[in-house]
Amino acid sequence: MVRVDGNGSGDALIRMREVDKVYHRGGEVIHVLQGLNLDVEAGEFVAFMGPSGSGKTTLLNLLGGLDLPTAGTIVVDGDELSRLSGPALAAWRARHVGFIFQMYNLLPVLTAFQNVELPLLLTRLSRAERRDHVELALSLVGLADRLDHYPRQLSGGQEQRVAIARAIVADPTFLLCDEPTGDLDRRSADEVMELLSRLSAEYGKTLLMVTHDPRAAERAGALLHLDKGVLVEAGRR
Amino acid sequence: MAVPLLYTLRSVRVRWASNLVAVLGIAGVVAVFVAMMAMAHGFQKTLVQSGSPRNALVQRGGSTTEMVSVMTLDQVRVIEDAPGIAHGGDGRPLVSPEIVVVTAFHHKASDADALAQVRGVTDRALLVHEGLRLAGGRFLTPGTAELVVGRNAADMYTGFSLGARPAFGGRTWEVVGLLDAGGSAYDSEVWADAGVLGQAYKRPYGLFSSVTARTEGPAGLALLRRALQGDPRLTVQVDTEVEYYAKQSRLLSTLIRVLGYLVAAVMGVGAVFGAFNTMYAAVSARAREIATLRALGFSAGSVVAAFLAEALLLSLAGGLLGCTAAWPLNGLTTSTLNWQSFSQMAFAFQVTPDALAAGVLFALAMGFAGGLLPALRAARLPVAQALREL
Ligand SMILES: Nc1ncnc2c1ncn2[C@@H]1O[C@H](COP(=O)(O)OP(=O)(O)O)[C@@H](O)[C@H]1O
Ligand SMILES: [Mg+2]
Repeated sequence: MVRVDGNGSGDALIRMREVDKVYHRGGEVIHVLQGLNLDVEAGEFVAFMGPSGSGKTTLLNLLGGLDLPTAGTIVVDGDELSRLSGPALAAWRARHVGFIFQMYNLLPVLTAFQNVELPLLLTRLSRAERRDHVELALSLVGLADRLDHYPRQLSGGQEQRVAIARAIVADPTFLLCDEPTGDLDRRSADEVMELLSRLSAEYGKTLLMVTHDPRAAERAGALLHLDKGVLVEAGRR
Repeated sequence: MAVPLLYTLRSVRVRWASNLVAVLGIAGVVAVFVAMMAMAHGFQKTLVQSGSPRNALVQRGGSTTEMVSVMTLDQVRVIEDAPGIAHGGDGRPLVSPEIVVVTAFHHKASDADALAQVRGVTDRALLVHEGLRLAGGRFLTPGTAELVVGRNAADMYTGFSLGARPAFGGRTWEVVGLLDAGGSAYDSEVWADAGVLGQAYKRPYGLFSSVTARTEGPAGLALLRRALQGDPRLTVQVDTEVEYYAKQSRLLSTLIRVLGYLVAAVMGVGAVFGAFNTMYAAVSARAREIATLRALGFSAGSVVAAFLAEALLLSLAGGLLGCTAAWPLNGLTTSTLNWQSFSQMAFAFQVTPDALAAGVLFALAMGFAGGLLPALRAARLPVAQALREL
């Protein structure tokens, strides 16, 4: 179940309550999120849409513990994010969150293998175990033959698939995707969306995805609109 | 766990041109620093190895250098008869009374007059001083105006090569021999007959500057010291040669070292700024990568460590480069005024492992100082904001 009215039951994986996010720029005060509520249960695939500048990225950053809300609470899997200290929040991200960005954000000096291995360096896995996990993740995204390629040697679609492998390799609690197909051509976008759909359908991953692309949004189980600082339900398959 | 070192290494390689500025800055400081230390050490070693632990240098009580000391012929006789003195194959005591005169010669390197030490000796000198040998020609004949010239003096001053006839002290001399003192201070001296030199410089007959005596070893030296200092006819001080030359070297080598530290500190400030600039630019250019690492769960501390490692890596490269640049100085001969004897002394740069290690440590310190603020800045980077910026 996905709810935006703040009346969700207690067992939601993600619970946002009366969340405000205010930015200050110069003397100007920008209320991006105002009293936003959201409940997402484990295994859901939620798509967020909304005009540019409506606060979609802000919302994902809050959920991923990259930024803290001005007011309100965000609880993920029992942890209230604003209660976590800096190092604890970093460890929490490593444990729970897989990020997929519009611009892929692979480290250019590392190979596909080494990029995907990064999150595993924060686990206790041995070198051999890491190798197995990385190879599994890369074969899942269809790039088992590109282990030693550098990002600049890959197409945009391939880069994004490496980024997806990196996001899932440590088996995080949920994935946050910010316009994952925003920079891709139709074909690559379809490949990436096919992959995300499989992660949801076959592997039961919890996905929260921001997108401008209605075709991408169609694949999600729930579609929410961000409008004037709050979420409204726009459809459910 | 830490950000992989591989990431640091590869990032350094990618930005090599910008990094080169920092590396060269640090290398320059380290090269100068190591050179100064090598100079201080070389100067000190030259003087210290001029002395033999078995030899006693006897001077008038309270003299700080041979130049201001006066010893009479009677005192020389007392020393010759003193206990603890070693004797030569001919049965005569190994005691060398010497006159020291400082005079100006034309110094080739500076094309100006420089003060040189001229030592008046007897035929005992070569027997008493250790580690001296004739490198060419023969020893001077007693009672004549012949000279034996240290090999560095022969190089340093115009007109002192073998066979030359230099004029000083109101007369003309002839160079009949070259002295090889194994890199010690004697290599910078000109030796003449004590009597002839004394006459030329109008010293009263029978007055010397100092007496060097070969003893029968440490016990003999102690014996000699006790005997001479207890003798009412003498007011002398007895140093081992090693002590004497170590004292002589202390002032100037300390000065060179302090100067070395000062110059290195001043230049070091520049190099630290260079490293700071490079690292600051690296952090700015890689803001997005840093934010990505943070988003993946790497802690602020590990980001600080990664950028500090990067700064240390650059400074290590600079340190090694600086040491490599300073290395060819090793053994290079130069000369300076020895402030104790007020005469030019040649010495060779000594690049020691200690100086190299100090140079590398100094480089790392500069890297740390320059890299710390940029590394902290990298860790404090607002992640969400850095991810937005393209
Ligand atoms: N660090 C910031 N300081 C000031 N304003 C910001 C900052 N980050 C985002 N904003 C503003 O917040 C609003 C929402 O931004 P964002 O979440 O990126 O929107 P979206 O992703 O929906 O396009 C925008 O008006 C943007 O300019
Ligand atoms: Mg956005």
